[in-house]
Amino acid sequence: MRNLIQFISKYSFFFLFLLFEVFAFYLLLRNNHFQQSSFINSTNFISGGLFEKYAELTDYVNLKEINQSLSEENIRLKQNQKAAFQKIYGPNYLIDDTLHQAQYFYTKAKIINNSTNKQNNYLTLNVGSLNGIEKGMGVVGPNGVIGVVKDVSRHYSSVLSVLHSNAKISAKLKDQNYFGSMQWNGKNYRYGLLTDIPNHVKIAKGDTIVTNGFSATFPAGITMATIEEFEKIEGENFYDIQVKFTQDYKNLVHVYVVKNIFKNEQLKLESETVEDHG
Amino acid sequence: MVRNFITYPLQFIFFVLLQGLVLNNVQFSSIINPYLYILFILWLPIETPKFVLLLVSFLLGLSVDLFSNTVGMHASATLFLAFCRPYILRFFEPRDGYEPNQKPGLKHFSLSWFLIYALILTFLHHLFLFYVEVFRFSDFFSTFSRVLASTIFTVTLILISQFFVYNAEDRR
Repeated sequence: MRNLIQFISKYSFFFLFLLFEVFAFYLLLRNNHFQQSSFINSTNFISGGLFEKYAELTDYVNLKEINQSLSEENIRLKQNQKAAFQKIYGPNYLIDDTLHQAQYFYTKAKIINNSTNKQNNYLTLNVGSLNGIEKGMGVVGPNGVIGVVKDVSRHYSSVLSVLHSNAKISAKLKDQNYFGSMQWNGKNYRYGLLTDIPNHVKIAKGDTIVTNGFSATFPAGITMATIEEFEKIEGENFYDIQVKFTQDYKNLVHVYVVKNIFKNEQLKLESETVEDHG
Repeated sequence: MVRNFITYPLQFIFFVLLQGLVLNNVQFSSIINPYLYILFILWLPIETPKFVLLLVSFLLGLSVDLFSNTVGMHASATLFLAFCRPYILRFFEPRDGYEPNQKPGLKHFSLSWFLIYALILTFLHHLFLFYVEVFRFSDFFSTFSRVLASTIFTVTLILISQFFVYNAEDRR
């Protein structure tokens, strides 16, 4: 026993280091594994407030690009309005009326903290549970998909970005219905990978990749990326496809949080089917 | 001595804010990130008690984590840095030992001494940090190139900041 105490006191520095290091790893793993809101993260009020002030300052510098991309989005939306279409043939044209229920509800939000330079990137938004934000909602930007809400506090929410090693988004080709999943390549914030597209499908450089809406998080048909390069690998059933994101994740301020009103219904039904029939 | 109780906390806050608000947004060619905040640890006086060194490093790392949503990552890497520092200092000890009140910096040491000291410790810190970040060895070389590039960038920033401080102290 005396020897043990002597041994520990002799190497007290090392043991203290070990103790601290174990604690640090405990924090690291707990936070990574359960993906749950922990006491210290950027939804924390102190750093959240600071980020907000800082974002206010830097927003000013980017105003020009932001206005540009917002007005481009406006144009796209205006083109989809009834007034933009003309009746040409026959008596039929499509109008959304009360027979159709709204499925998605959008909340506008501002990014107050963002990163693209890590292996696992997160964003912080200036909306929280007071604005009706819930865990698991999707976040879309003017030119594509941004991520999924991970934690929510009263005033802020933190978002697991597409640029995260665990982020997989179900995707499909815009003009064909073959689906796969899109993932970041972990190296460059402009490029990602598309997997599970069978190699008998005809694809070409520049083809558009959109969300397929299977996951009930994002509406179907949001443009996400374009095909940059693809390769048929001998002996494999699937293509190896490199895609370029249409959204520049470094230049982002205004985004929308999407609530799928039927999400619970869909997920409940699906899990019931699996339970009943195996 | 009393002055230290004011200057060190101020320095601490300064480095955390600089890292969290400015340098975390700096990125060249998507692989190089500077982590200048470790300069706070490099700068601590040589006779700093070891447990203070560990405690301060842990707090510093955790504060930086707070800004980048990576609880534990910087804390563990900065702890490792603090653990290595005494050994590196002992290895580079001058023949007649360190004098009291010496700080590792250009004021008391030559440029080559400080450069090697900063380079080794920065490299160790970045090595630990980047491998903890990816948490696997499968992309060993791509991670390693990120470590090297970022080390060079951080050390360059450390040297530049040294010249600022050195001149300011000279004038006083």
